[in-house]
Amino acid sequence: MNAVDATSITQRFGKITAVDDVSFTVREGELFGFIGPDGAGKTTLFRIAATLIIPTGGRMNLFGLNVVSDFRELRNHIGYMPGRFSLYTDLTVEENLQFYATIFGTTIHENYYLIEPIYKQIEPFRKRLAGRLSGGMKQKLALSCALIHKPRILILDEPTTGVDAVSRTEFWEMLEGLKREGITIIVSTPYMDEALRCDRIALMQQGKLMGIDTPAAIRSSYGKRIYAVSHRDRYRLLLALRAMTEAVGPEPFGEAVHITLREGASVEDVKKSLERAGLEGAEATEITPGIEDVFLGLMNRSESLKV
Amino acid sequence: MKRFMAFVRKEFLHIFRDFRTLIILFGIPAAQILIFGYAVRTDLKDAGIAVLDNAGDGVSKELTQKIEASEFFYVKKHLNSYEEIDEAFRQGEIKAVIIFPGQIAASVAREGSATVSIIADGSEPNTASLVTGYITGIVSDYSSSLTSAVTSSLPLIVPEVRMYFNPGLESHFMFIPGVITLILILICALMTSVTIVREKEYGTMEVLLVSPLKPWQIIVGKVTPYFFLSLVNVIVILLMAWFVFGLPVRGSIPLLIAECMLYILLGLAIGILVSASTSKMENAIFISFLALMLPTLLLSGFIFPIENMPVIYDYVSMILPPRWFVEIIRAIMIKGAGFAYIWKETAILAGMTLLLMVISSRRFKTRLEEEGK
Repeated sequence: MNAVDATSITQRFGKITAVDDVSFTVREGELFGFIGPDGAGKTTLFRIAATLIIPTGGRMNLFGLNVVSDFRELRNHIGYMPGRFSLYTDLTVEENLQFYATIFGTTIHENYYLIEPIYKQIEPFRKRLAGRLSGGMKQKLALSCALIHKPRILILDEPTTGVDAVSRTEFWEMLEGLKREGITIIVSTPYMDEALRCDRIALMQQGKLMGIDTPAAIRSSYGKRIYAVSHRDRYRLLLALRAMTEAVGPEPFGEAVHITLREGASVEDVKKSLERAGLEGAEATEITPGIEDVFLGLMNRSESLKV
Repeated sequence: MKRFMAFVRKEFLHIFRDFRTLIILFGIPAAQILIFGYAVRTDLKDAGIAVLDNAGDGVSKELTQKIEASEFFYVKKHLNSYEEIDEAFRQGEIKAVIIFPGQIAASVAREGSATVSIIADGSEPNTASLVTGYITGIVSDYSSSLTSAVTSSLPLIVPEVRMYFNPGLESHFMFIPGVITLILILICALMTSVTIVREKEYGTMEVLLVSPLKPWQIIVGKVTPYFFLSLVNVIVILLMAWFVFGLPVRGSIPLLIAECMLYILLGLAIGILVSASTSKMENAIFISFLALMLPTLLLSGFIFPIENMPVIYDYVSMILPPRWFVEIIRAIMIKGAGFAYIWKETAILAGMTLLLMVISSRRFKTRLEEEGK
């Protein structure tokens, strides 16, 4: 049985279509990621999965239970972490955890083994008010609370937004630990590097699914060679690349600018054009495409289709 | 049940950790009782007056003494001429001037009658009519004593007035039931709507909805603490009324408490309804204040008698729960009436409560409201 079966999910808010004909499946025990810019429809999709919104169209089942008709039963099995911090800031760490344990009909003790690796890091602060925790600790507490009833599926909406880099890494290590416990996890993130840690990822933009595959397969399916071009004066380099016809879709990435080549053009043509523009000594090397390249490529393709 | 109790416990923690909530719950009721009880008075006590005594004879002096001997007035100023009257009023320290004409004693003795002028400060109409009423009373009292002493002829018909239920005409009798009415509806409706909307605003409602808690458990769990705290409030107010203002409950206390419970439930139902119609705390506060505080103050008969209003307001006030509750609580506290006298009002309140509960439980959603982005 699949953990998630979504068929043609559509959600409209008035005239806006937040989620547009989205279909996907998530296998049990899978760590499934959604990436996409703000407003792509990830939060809406997650709320539908968490039984919080009835979709305008389409069906979604979790473990064979329908998110609309079987929501009562389903709510026992879902651990949901909304996008913004939503614990009680005026209760202590321990009181929050205790509260969620009780309303889910369990005790902290019963499922302690599950949250232990996460909770023991914040346990020294268990008498502290949740509102006074740092961003990373808040996320750990929120995850502990979402996990305390041993859900079969965790739905995490941008859990690492606004969290420092070290805590982000720790958080993903925890997710991998939970995956080993057999918990299915669907998670959204705006960070491409986090997407690489998922078993499979879905790329979302403007309510549509652009593609689903493993990170490696998505990268290899890109099908075009990507070059990283660099020069001291990155700003002028970017302008020059945008102006020329040989390079397609220049996007700045760290120190370099990533481009693909127009059909029939070569790296040498690009270098020559740059020299003519007064940018001597620019370096251009072929690289393996990353998730971001693929994503931006997919976005560009859909935009050019519209035009 | 265990889940429910955990919820109630959590709610109590919220209340006791939030200083502002505590102030609203307990500080404001106590302050209102004291303010309404002491500061806002409609009875008269120690009002300053001025006397322009053109006679300076036995009658004018005796009458002045009589007026001053009452606990209502004291003579702030003795004026010497008509010109000073205007100035005295403008200074604002006096509420009225009493003018005795020259040779008032002689006039009484010769003609059996005389005139005393009273000029009151009409910029405060309520006080002015009270002041003139009281002074007129004292003057006619004195004049009848003169009549009997001097002429001892025909007996005059003297009305003897007694205020039933409230012999001293004390305004606490009017205000304390009113304040209970106002405070209960404000606290219940305001606090519950704010506490429910706060969960929405902080995003915790999202998590609660995903939990196996049923909507009624969430709602009842949220309002239960306020039900008990409101009851505590009622008891505190009644004790204050008794010890500070000497206003005992003449009727049955269990009946009074039961009626208060009904009214509290009504307030909570209004709060739940308000919370279902907005997801912003400011809106909840605004709606509660505007829709509840003002009508309660103005149209419940708490300050302004409904009988004196145009008929249309009478009908409007009928849909306001406070109107009925003010009547109930006055009947029990001051008249000592039993249930037989207030069953109609009670039935109306019970009906309103039921209706509001049905509406608000229908409007509470098991899912998120569709937020247009």
